[in-house]
Amino acid sequence: MIELKNISKSFNGKQILHGIDVVYEKGKTNLIIGASGSGKSVLTKCTVGLIEPDEGQVLYNGKNFTAMKLDDRKEVRKKIGMLFQGGALFDSLSVEENIKFPLRMHASMTEKEMQDRVNFCLGRVNMSGINDRFPAEISGGMQKRVGIARAISLGPSYLFCDEPNSGLDPGTSILIDNLIKELTEEFQITTVVVTHDMNSVMEIGDHVIFIHKGHKHWEGTKDTILKTTNKELSDLVFASDLMKKVRKLS
Amino acid sequence: MKILQNIGEYFILMGRTFSQPTKASLIRKQISFELNSLGLGSMGIITIISAFMGAVITLQTASNIDSALIPDYTVGFTARQSMILEFSTTIIALILAGKVGSNIASEIGMMRVTEQIDALEIMGVNSASYLIVPKILAAVIINPFLAIWSMFIGISGGYLVAEFSGVVTTDAFIEGVQLDFKMFSIYYALIKTAVFAFIITSIPAYYGYNVKGGALEVGVASTKGVVTSSIVILIANYVITQLLLI
Repeated sequence: MIELKNISKSFNGKQILHGIDVVYEKGKTNLIIGASGSGKSVLTKCTVGLIEPDEGQVLYNGKNFTAMKLDDRKEVRKKIGMLFQGGALFDSLSVEENIKFPLRMHASMTEKEMQDRVNFCLGRVNMSGINDRFPAEISGGMQKRVGIARAISLGPSYLFCDEPNSGLDPGTSILIDNLIKELTEEFQITTVVVTHDMNSVMEIGDHVIFIHKGHKHWEGTKDTILKTTNKELSDLVFASDLMKKVRKLS
Repeated sequence: MKILQNIGEYFILMGRTFSQPTKASLIRKQISFELNSLGLGSMGIITIISAFMGAVITLQTASNIDSALIPDYTVGFTARQSMILEFSTTIIALILAGKVGSNIASEIGMMRVTEQIDALEIMGVNSASYLIVPKILAAVIINPFLAIWSMFIGISGGYLVAEFSGVVTTDAFIEGVQLDFKMFSIYYALIKTAVFAFIITSIPAYYGYNVKGGALEVGVASTKGVVTSSIVILIANYVITQLLLI
């Protein structure tokens, strides 16, 4: 479980996050939604420690991550897997070496054990057989799936996904969404997904947090979101004709 | 004020780079990669430039000696001293600042904008150490060898000009090359080269590491890295010369 308490952050005097409180539960897919520039990514980066919040606490299983020393943070980070918007695979390493990288850093494994783990992770994301390819040689969707394979290679307790569907066709988006959902349930991971893709919300949103102008504006599930009376949330979710029709049908 | 901020940030980054070392096995692998990339990858350009500079120094010195009182061996002596003291160290460092420096700044800068550095941090890796230490160590190790190679090629270029152009006899050229040779000149040159290697790698790495934005900013960082490291090389050259030779 991850708990955010009163997280605030400003850049150059401009307040981006205003005292956000959230609890991300284990085994659930927690979605952060909001318009572009609302502070979703900053909130996630504060959660994983890539940005230091000005105020507030981030608690991983009750332990205050924000107050931890660097070495203690390292221990927590070993349990975090993250899928970045563009995949963030290391260009100079093959797919196999990308997935082996966290294992080489933190696991005491033989070469054979690492090889088995790589093959398992690639198999889990339906990407077997591309071990020797380089990131530049595979498509965006494949890079995202390899990114997920790398994120789960150490068997993380927490999985963060920053806009996993951006730039992907609808079919691949659904595939990625389903993969995230399956992994979350299968390994009982606390998963946090930053997105503004409403299909993802409807597919995998066990717990949805709506961020508006740096405030937590609404919190619920994929089912309750359809009945929301919150104006800002409605404007975001039901912006497309398709979603308006979905709302009518519900 | 901006320059003071940059200097402060540079030293903070260097502190972070060397304070939390990455796993030795990974660093070793990276160093051997960088030795090949930064060192052997620069052999071609160093060989060509050194050969022609040695040749031109020989021709210019010979053509400017009008007085019969100045012995012919002065040509070889000048070529040797120019190559060892300045050309193979400072000029080569300035050339490498352009070639290697822009490469480092753009490589690390692209890793920053494509979130690869964030990915390293999330994995609990000290990204500054993992990315910058192998480049600095590889350059500090390999650049003195490149400098010695440059000296050899430059003096050889001068010898070939003496042989084929006839501006000076090869015997006089060799006599000049051997005249009043002090081993300390080589030590001085190698110390300078090692310091310059640190500058060439660490300053562009700083600019690349702190890129914010996209491809445009990566280009700006690359240019700043090359310009700043070139200026710092010239300042360091003066300081080291003052300290060691005067």
